[in-house]
Amino acid sequence: MSTSDLTERQQLSYIAGQAADARLNVELETEGMTLNIGPQHPATHGTLRIIVRLDGEQVVWAEPSCGYMHRGYEKLTEVRTYPQVTTLVNRIDWLGSFANEVPFILAAEKLMDIEAPPRAQHIRTILFELSRIANISLFLGDLGVQLGAVTPAFFAFRDREHVLNLIETATGGRFHPNFDRIGGLKDDLPKGFVDETRRVMRKMRTYCDQIDDLLIGNEIFKARTRGVGIVPRDVALQYGLSGANLRASGVDYDLRRDQVLPMAWDKADWKVWTHPDGDSFARCWVRLQETREATKIVDQLIDGLPAGPIMAKVPRIIKVPAGEAWVSTENPLGEMGYYVVSKGDLGPFRVKIRSASFNNISIAPWLLRGVYVPDIITILASLYFILGDIDR
Amino acid sequence: MSALAIEIPYWGQSLLRVLGGIVAVLLPAGTIVYVFLFKMMSFMQSRLGPMEAGPYGSMQLFAEVGKWLQKEDLAPAQADQRIFKMAPLIVLVSTFLLVAVIPFGPDAWFTNFDVGVFYAMAVASISVLGILVAGWSSANKYSLLGGLRAAGQLIAYELPMVLAVIGVVIQAGSMNLQEIVVAQNAGSIFGWDGLGNPFVLTQFVGFVVFMIAVQAELTQPPFDMPIAESELVSGYMTEYSGFRFLIFFIAEFATVGVFSLVASVLFLGGWGVPFAWFGWDSIDSVDDWMNVGGPLIMLTKMMVLSFLIMWVRFSFPRFREDQLQRFAWKVLIPISLANIVVTAIIKVAV
Amino acid sequence: MSDVTETEGEVQALPGDGLREGIVDELRRRIGDALVDTELRPNDDLWVRVDPASWRATGEALAAMGFEYFCYLSAIDWLPSPYGRGEDDPTQPSPERSSEIRQGVTGGDTRFQILARVVDTSRHVGITLKTDVPDGDDVAFGVDSWHSVYAGANWHERETHEMFGIGFTGHPDLRNMYLPTEFEGHPLRKDFPLLARMVKPWPGIVDVEPMPANDDEAEPNSSDESAGAVRQGGEGSASDAPQSSERVSSERDQ
Repeated sequence: MSTSDLTERQQLSYIAGQAADARLNVELETEGMTLNIGPQHPATHGTLRIIVRLDGEQVVWAEPSCGYMHRGYEKLTEVRTYPQVTTLVNRIDWLGSFANEVPFILAAEKLMDIEAPPRAQHIRTILFELSRIANISLFLGDLGVQLGAVTPAFFAFRDREHVLNLIETATGGRFHPNFDRIGGLKDDLPKGFVDETRRVMRKMRTYCDQIDDLLIGNEIFKARTRGVGIVPRDVALQYGLSGANLRASGVDYDLRRDQVLPMAWDKADWKVWTHPDGDSFARCWVRLQETREATKIVDQLIDGLPAGPIMAKVPRIIKVPAGEAWVSTENPLGEMGYYVVSKGDLGPFRVKIRSASFNNISIAPWLLRGVYVPDIITILASLYFILGDIDR
Repeated sequence: MSALAIEIPYWGQSLLRVLGGIVAVLLPAGTIVYVFLFKMMSFMQSRLGPMEAGPYGSMQLFAEVGKWLQKEDLAPAQADQRIFKMAPLIVLVSTFLLVAVIPFGPDAWFTNFDVGVFYAMAVASISVLGILVAGWSSANKYSLLGGLRAAGQLIAYELPMVLAVIGVVIQAGSMNLQEIVVAQNAGSIFGWDGLGNPFVLTQFVGFVVFMIAVQAELTQPPFDMPIAESELVSGYMTEYSGFRFLIFFIAEFATVGVFSLVASVLFLGGWGVPFAWFGWDSIDSVDDWMNVGGPLIMLTKMMVLSFLIMWVRFSFPRFREDQLQRFAWKVLIPISLANIVVTAIIKVAV
Repeated sequence: MSDVTETEGEVQALPGDGLREGIVDELRRRIGDALVDTELRPNDDLWVRVDPASWRATGEALAAMGFEYFCYLSAIDWLPSPYGRGEDDPTQPSPERSSEIRQGVTGGDTRFQILARVVDTSRHVGITLKTDVPDGDDVAFGVDSWHSVYAGANWHERETHEMFGIGFTGHPDLRNMYLPTEFEGHPLRKDFPLLARMVKPWPGIVDVEPMPANDDEAEPNSSDESAGAVRQGGEGSASDAPQSSERVSSERDQ
């Protein structure tokens, strides 16, 4: 694994420090202590429980225990119609909720063999990227809180309000827009949306610069995150890490660019960011760059918005023909996909929801061995999960 | 108290001293909490802070004190009850003991030890005991982790603090805090006495080391591993609520104030302005109104230094425990030792 | 490189479909007869069904072929739900429903099928895998675990076991993922009812009292106007959504 900024000496010194502690713990014959982090805890984004066995300050064994927020989504989708499922899946990743609807709607459209008109595709992509900005800007603020810097969190909430207001003017809902429909969108954009979006994107770029200065460029932040929680490339692929976690381990894979979907990402000129290190700093850094890139995508798409209808001709009561379809997109948290099995009914027969955070957290037992207690928080913060996404 | 014409009997003087001590501890605490914690931190985070209680939220502190006082007196069932209840008081006691030796004016002091600095440093480490005891007796794994971290950190950062102060002592030639103040205000820099001789100029390295060590002694970010809110909830304070948490809270900010007072005495010239401004020669020729002006000047200097401490607190993420220790042992202590050597050489040779 | 194509009136094969056919051939070369059925849809996906006995061998073959990225592993229960869509009226006897098991793409023989997906990130191609889960009386109900091939399969197999009851031989630790340890039953099976719908069938009984009889004046006769004012924009009429954004943008203009 080639590293760019992280010297081998730094890695070795970190590992050597841990090994020295481990040797000392063995010599002193101390007893391990089992600690429950969560389910109520300031650090976990929700009700995640991690059971760690500590030897002093070093983790010997760690195991996340999920399910405190399990709502049984896959069972619930079996008794709902397709528009009702759209409402349901909003709530999987609640910070960037429009992005949850899109793969499901695309899968249903694939089964029906229709495509949304170009204007709807554009607007879908714009709203998708807006929800990415909303989601990751909160991550950047929350990152500071996990590490002890309380101030960036307030900037995050303040600046995220602009994006949420945008989403609200377009869809009517800040957190759960429920805006996507099979064949297009529910409504067209309101007047003034284009100018407002340009203003908000400028503000979000300023916010990203602020976070770059305040947090990512801070020496203490770098000391806390460099070399911590290194995920090598092959381990990342094996566990199915996706999104920024995968790109931070050096894998150049972005589902917006690497597959053909009826969305408008290929109409904009943007870059995929990767980082060779695979440590916590790399993950945080990649997400910051992605947020900036998302603002650029929105700017370009909002300029070239095509005219036309926003809804294809679909019957009022939608019965999706029988078949199976899989669509996955590059959601803010990673790769989110839906495998929709339809039997020609009003609702799906089976929906398998592939959520990104489930795979992202499954690496925790492997990754958390041998780290110090503060590093647990750093690693979890950099892996970034949302409980609704893990537990569905 | 020669300023007053009346003779105050000894018990009266002691009572005044006690009241003065309480004011000297609680007034800085309250001011720092309101101005810096409620308002300055809020403005830096682009929000307003408490606005409801009183005009511009000025009564918020009283509201909070009242709230905590009326809470239930909880102690975990498995905690060691007597020690659990004693721990916050130990921390607060060290603050009161520390303020006893700070001079506020030419005659406005509580005690005037010849070994004031030695006493101050010794007493400042009593709070470490309180924190350890709190962490251990809480019967809570998070508190235990916080207490263990505090043990390592606070003991490690005692040393740079003491070593930084030694430079001041060498330069002033005395451990008596009153004489240190006089040495700064009556002194001169290369013959020009317009500014006196505040030790922050010559002991700049010592000043920086002292402030960093103070930040760590107070377990403020970036050195707040013992509290580490996102990991340990509240560290050693987790199980404390109501009145006992109020004591910890007051003790934390009172200690910020008192350490700022100590630092202003040691480095910024204490209660005085340069004597040359008023034509005073020595401590005896200082006018009596300075006994009233002195505390005000001390308050101002304390606010300046507390501002520094609080500003750093809200800005930085926290160090990890081993990085903390490495910083103390491998960076601060060698620097402060070098500072002592250079000071001693210059004092003797120049 | 990614497969970019223009879809004209009828569906054209992706240039990458040659790549997918090559993958099928390579897989057939590696696992031989175990490759039971494939389906390659142009512009869509590649489905492959394999024999359950060589499930692990398939995983190893794919990992060796460069499919390093483990997407997910789950299962499908092909039994139509005896409870329908949970909308039965509890007072009526439940209607007759067909319980014919019909598998989907690439067919199958059993009620349960394992569904998995792995991706080759360098060639940007994914493959969806299916296999039957043998459920006769004399065989263990389950397949081999992919734990040794893809480390990420650990949690997915735990969840599949918990939700469907499918065993995975060779899995180190097949505990429940989401549900409490004492939970009985396998929720995602179709014969496990959705308890919320059993307790209160959909659309649910609206249990409010009817309006009192003597309220001619309090009738909601303005419902049409209020609905019109809110929902329909109209020409320059006071509808909320465009106006608020106009207000927002005009405020910002100043």
